[in-house]
Amino acid sequence: MYEIIAFYLFSFLTVAMFAITVTTNNVLYALSSLAAGMIFISAFFFILDADFLGVVQIVVYTGAVMALYAFGMMFFDSLSSIDEKISNPRLVFALSGLIALCIVLIFSFPLIDVGVVAHAPVNPTWGNTQDVGIVLFTKYLVAFEVAAVMLLVAMIGGIILAGKKMDISYSSLSEEEIASLEKKDEK
Amino acid sequence: MTLNAYLILSALLFCIGLFGVIRRKNLLMLFFSTEIMLNACNIGFVAVSRHYGDLNGQMFSFFIVAIAASEVAIGLGLLILWFKKKNSIDLDSLTKMKG
Repeated sequence: MYEIIAFYLFSFLTVAMFAITVTTNNVLYALSSLAAGMIFISAFFFILDADFLGVVQIVVYTGAVMALYAFGMMFFDSLSSIDEKISNPRLVFALSGLIALCIVLIFSFPLIDVGVVAHAPVNPTWGNTQDVGIVLFTKYLVAFEVAAVMLLVAMIGGIILAGKKMDISYSSLSEEEIASLEKKDEK
Repeated sequence: MTLNAYLILSALLFCIGLFGVIRRKNLLMLFFSTEIMLNACNIGFVAVSRHYGDLNGQMFSFFIVAIAASEVAIGLGLLILWFKKKNSIDLDSLTKMKG
């Protein structure tokens, strides 16, 4: 009973938040509603007995990813509206409607589950976190290490990409020095 | 709740993300829509994982979270570079293919 109420409540909230995200013109509204939607999604993980993933969802998405977006937004002139004119709105509408219909049909077909064996069965005597830890560090150890290296590469890449010429502080330079720097950039 | 309810919700959220990717011209909004699509997949994986009593689905969504985090780091770095160069985060500014 509680599961049904929670499911419908959170699915309504999530869909509403994400609908705001994709339709609003204000980037700040989009960012906040996206963060709210991410937190509501973690509720589904808690309903589905995946406590560890629920916590990871909150920590990684609303903690790290949203903070990164918020910092990234400070580099952009993001409040200036971008002229979003679509040359053929009917085509866009028809395409997205068609794809949406296809995906919903695919997902709502009854599952054909013949001979599906759980290779990593859930052990109800342990908690979910312990379960996930045991599978992660035995069966998925190599993938885990590769993911760690990937995150390291992404971090170094992000620093190098975004950090170019960050050592020059424009606020401590005079107007002429800034003008000469920008002239040098254009060459 | 049945598995189908979760899968339909997952498909619905994926469609919202897809609509955003097709419709928006703001590059930052494009990133947001990608995040929505990744999250929709996560819900589907965890629902199937619960249905079969199998932890593999949860592992997959764990790695999807890691991929999403590194995608944001690299993507925002590239976006900052692009904004410094063109002074615009309009998707149409990407169509001009000259250095």
